[in-house]
Amino acid sequence: MSPGRLIARRFIGNPAAVGGCVVVALLALFALVGPSLSPHAYDDQDYDHMRESPSRQFWFGTDEVGRDMFVLIAVGARVSLEVGLFASLISLLIGVSYGATSGWFGGRTDQTMMRVVDILYGIPLVLIVINLMVILGSGLQNVLLALGLVYWLDMARIVRGQVLRLRTTAYVEAARALGVGWRRILVRHILPNTLGPIVVTLTLTVPNAIFTESFLSYIGLGVSAPNESWGTLASAGARLEFLRSSPHLALFPAAAISLTMLAFNFVGDGLRDALDPRHVGKSS
Amino acid sequence: MLQFVLKRLLTSLVVIWIVVTTTFVLMKLCPGGPFDRERGLPEAIEKNISARYGLDKPVWRQYGSYVGSLLRGDLGLSYHYQGQSIGGMIADKFPRSATIGLLSILLSIGVGVPAGVFSSVRQHRWGDRLTMLITIVGVSVPSFILATLLQYVAAVRWKVFNAAGFAGWRDAILPALALSVYSLAFITRLTRSSFLDVLHDEWVRTAYAKGLAPLRVLVGHVLRNAILPVVTYLGPLTAGVLTGSLVVEKIFSIPGLGGFFVTSVFNRDYPLIMGVTIFYSILLVLLNLFVDVAYVWLDPRISFEGGETS
Repeated sequence: MSPGRLIARRFIGNPAAVGGCVVVALLALFALVGPSLSPHAYDDQDYDHMRESPSRQFWFGTDEVGRDMFVLIAVGARVSLEVGLFASLISLLIGVSYGATSGWFGGRTDQTMMRVVDILYGIPLVLIVINLMVILGSGLQNVLLALGLVYWLDMARIVRGQVLRLRTTAYVEAARALGVGWRRILVRHILPNTLGPIVVTLTLTVPNAIFTESFLSYIGLGVSAPNESWGTLASAGARLEFLRSSPHLALFPAAAISLTMLAFNFVGDGLRDALDPRHVGKSS
Repeated sequence: MLQFVLKRLLTSLVVIWIVVTTTFVLMKLCPGGPFDRERGLPEAIEKNISARYGLDKPVWRQYGSYVGSLLRGDLGLSYHYQGQSIGGMIADKFPRSATIGLLSILLSIGVGVPAGVFSSVRQHRWGDRLTMLITIVGVSVPSFILATLLQYVAAVRWKVFNAAGFAGWRDAILPALALSVYSLAFITRLTRSSFLDVLHDEWVRTAYAKGLAPLRVLVGHVLRNAILPVVTYLGPLTAGVLTGSLVVEKIFSIPGLGGFFVTSVFNRDYPLIMGVTIFYSILLVLLNLFVDVAYVWLDPRISFEGGETS
């Protein structure tokens, strides 16, 4: 059996991972078609129905200005998935090129580049993100950018380690002997062989980015009004007087964030276990 | 050993210098002056304000004087809370945050390590499976959601704790709980996996074969070898608690440094943002230094001269 099929089989044999995949797929579907399922628009304000509990007319109830929570949550799913996707893509781009360069050249270049990563590791990343947000200003695009600019460290470390290992293999030596340039060797020969760890790191970056966006939005530094994300919705619903009278305001966004994080974590863990059988059952 | 500590101390200083320089540059890149809101002031007054905060000098001189006063332990003056020293404000707010933070770190380690050991000893049985399930929920549910939930259940519904404010140590319990869940779950998983790595080593079997009590083998032999990853995690753990405090303190209306930092971001109080960032970074760099030294001290395989602890 080819290694690819072996990995797929191991992954499918893991119910939690498959469940996570299903939830992620449903989430993507929900983000795509959710807003059009409800008769209410994103910015429809119904002043006769404010902070109302879930009903047949408003499936998830309404918020404090009479907007339909179902649509808001669906739009929030869009925001979260966008953040997860694009922030991890930016981090992929930076992390892979940084790590590959460091690993390929080795020696002093490698030492200096990894020292920089070590230093960045020593500083709480969210502080850097917040500092970046102060400069960039709030808004979804800036959140994406700030997150992508910060969350590439794990990727860089992992890719560097892999490149360092593969650099001395026979097929790379052969490619070198044939006079293939280093960029081409990296892209065509080395990176395809490190795909596994890259994908795992990527899947684990996604929930991280989603979490940080909702965190930033919760404290008011993420997306800004009139746009909403799960973070801003959760924060709006978490006011004490609302918790007493209309807990659904906090409940739905909170459940959405937790469920999404859980699903991505399950997928990431499952992928890692499938790619590295020695690791099965002991994730760290 | 001394040489190793000195070397690490030196790198820590370099790291702190880089943090200071970077945050300084970042703050200078911010669009708009800090007193833009007060436009329309007579020119003389604006000039006076600029002079008071040293903004009339060229940037490199500003940097020089900032680093200079930093070396004397002076973080400068706040823009928003006019004329108040940032060092003083940090000294005022930090103890509350530290109480909550320490409590949550103790909780994470005190519960997480035993839970991980339990899980590894019972590998593949229901106790282990249940623990793993709970921990993956634990690493997935954000602290701000837990904080809201705890506030609602324990304070609003049951009225066992105060919902907001910080009057005594009792008020530290709910925020500490909310802060510790992620790291507690993470430490449990970490401990479990590193115990599993060691548990099947031959020398452990030897220890059992000699007739040592299971608990003695675990605590006396396995723990010392398996605890290293947990020690390394102390740095990220503290960083996580620190980050979480930004939002948890806001939820529980605790007048600590975390909530204060968030407010200062909204006030665009650049010196304060910079000061708190630097303060936090120094805290973490020192902690990481301590962790590295502890690591070398705990792990007999690492030589003191090497300096590489990865």
